[in-house]
Amino acid sequence: MSAPTLDRPDAAAPDEAALQAHFDATIAADRRVEPRDWMPEAYRKGLVRQIAQHAHSEIIGMQPEGDWLLAAPSLRRKAVLLAKVQDEAGHGMYLYSAAETLGADRADLTDKLIEGRQKYSSIFNYPTLTYADCGVIGWLVDGAAICNQVPLCRSSYGPYARAMIRVCKEESFHQRQGYELLMTMMRGTPEQRAMVQDAVDRWWWPSLMMFGPPDDDSPNSAQSMAWGVKRHSNDELRQRYVDMSVPQAAALGVTLPDPELALDPETGRHRFGQIDWAEFKQVISGNGPCNAERVSRRRAARDDNAWVTEAATAYAAKHAS
Amino acid sequence: MAHEETVYDALDHAHGGEGQWAFGTGFDDPLAGVDTTIPEGVDAADLGAYSLMLGDDALVLCQRLTEWTTRAPELEEEVAIANCGLDLLGQARLLLARAGAAGVLGRSRQTATDSIPDEDALAYFRDADEFRNHHLVEVDGGDYAQTLVRLLVASAHRLALFVRLRESRDPVLSAIAAKGVPELTYHRDHAARWVLRLGDGTEQSHRRAQAGVDAVWPLLADLSTATDVETRLVATGVAVDPADVREEVRDVLTMVLERATLTVPEWPADRPSPGRAGEHTDEMGPLLATLQGLAREHPAATW
Repeated sequence: MSAPTLDRPDAAAPDEAALQAHFDATIAADRRVEPRDWMPEAYRKGLVRQIAQHAHSEIIGMQPEGDWLLAAPSLRRKAVLLAKVQDEAGHGMYLYSAAETLGADRADLTDKLIEGRQKYSSIFNYPTLTYADCGVIGWLVDGAAICNQVPLCRSSYGPYARAMIRVCKEESFHQRQGYELLMTMMRGTPEQRAMVQDAVDRWWWPSLMMFGPPDDDSPNSAQSMAWGVKRHSNDELRQRYVDMSVPQAAALGVTLPDPELALDPETGRHRFGQIDWAEFKQVISGNGPCNAERVSRRRAARDDNAWVTEAATAYAAKHAS
Repeated sequence: MAHEETVYDALDHAHGGEGQWAFGTGFDDPLAGVDTTIPEGVDAADLGAYSLMLGDDALVLCQRLTEWTTRAPELEEEVAIANCGLDLLGQARLLLARAGAAGVLGRSRQTATDSIPDEDALAYFRDADEFRNHHLVEVDGGDYAQTLVRLLVASAHRLALFVRLRESRDPVLSAIAAKGVPELTYHRDHAARWVLRLGDGTEQSHRRAQAGVDAVWPLLADLSTATDVETRLVATGVAVDPADVREEVRDVLTMVLERATLTVPEWPADRPSPGRAGEHTDEMGPLLATLQGLAREHPAATW
């Protein structure tokens, strides 16, 4: 199959104004843009950036929990965790494929990740200190990811929207598994309950940061919303996540580490404390606890095994006829 | 908006007693409808010991394969290697549970709390000398070439055993083997394809693949001599004599290596497997320390 042709505006292109009008009408009617359709260059570039960042997050996101795979405390938990980490590799693959429909190349995107030219979700730069972290990542981190990602199932770009439907179904399964682990641990020994509370204390605030900067400080949001790539604002999604998580924390029997967290009886929504955006900026700019380790493992996977890929390419060339 | 809420709200049903997500909903229970009583005339201790041998091979190889997770050469390999690991883990769990049901929990039950299932008591609370796996699966995997050569050897051998084990008089072993055959067929195929690519790829990959073969081949010595337990169970139609699959395994491996332009080393002289007798290499201790550490640190916990 040949690569999809992208009708970029160039000398041979038909009247760009007409193409733009057609694109605008597609967006206005809430229809999908497909790979062969003309699209503004900024739309294409923005999508590649967003999808690649999402794909990188899935792949880097394998590491924090993957660190517990060899030590999972029961064979059932080991199976659950291995299947989950495998799903994340799968998500990365379909998201890179979605980016490739826009003319990007997986190897090139991986290089950009390793060289720090593209980002991934800052949440994965925190360490997993106990097995409870695997449960809390499922409950809170996957939970926040679902809040962010479910609206993307209606993204204006068809391949991304379709990939997200499958990703969200699997993420919701992971979230239930994480919550079930925490429930089991809360019914266990005092040490296990303490582990769960400690993990919640460490992951709650970073999970709130997953929705991105506040709306008044989010440079790409407005255009993404206008193009239907993004459907809800960062603050709107964050509020929804807090409102959902509070009763879940109560059912679990843990305390969320925010003394200002309280239900506003008038709005029915929860007020919460000030997020430490300085920490967010530190972590996203490379100074979190595990940034260097996460990227260096990805680099090692690429560089130390480059001979494997070279061999496969050489073999395919020899046996092509 | 309705769709969004449906996906997220599924969490509220999380503690509704569906504790078996590891198997996924809609997956078939391989032991559904299978009579789990120990067949007449079969010695329970032997059946348990044999189940442990096959279960430990799978558990330990799963552990070695899982070491590649987040470090594999390609994302496709992340998925494939995890798949092999998950299949082996599934086989191990069924076999360890069978061993537990046959009453071979040994010292493990003295340290594991009562609420820990048999499979976990056996996996997490036995010491190295109680493990019955071959050295083939426990030694360090080396580079990706050696990892795949080992996977090829282990899956070719296990597949040949499982094809025959489907006829076992023990209905549980028979059902486990029937589930395992298509899985192992895939593992062998995946490994063989990579051995071809690496052997017949670049100069470097050829050299690494040959080094992998040379490192793994001496371990074939352990695979073909039946233990006393196996000999007795072969007589009662429960077990497969590993000597019976030796030629088939040799043919498969020779064919793959020759097509991969690799030199097939001399087949080593058979010897009784030290691993089957609980004697292990220096690499087994660290492997078990990683596998078991957390579970042993919290012996009263349930997960």
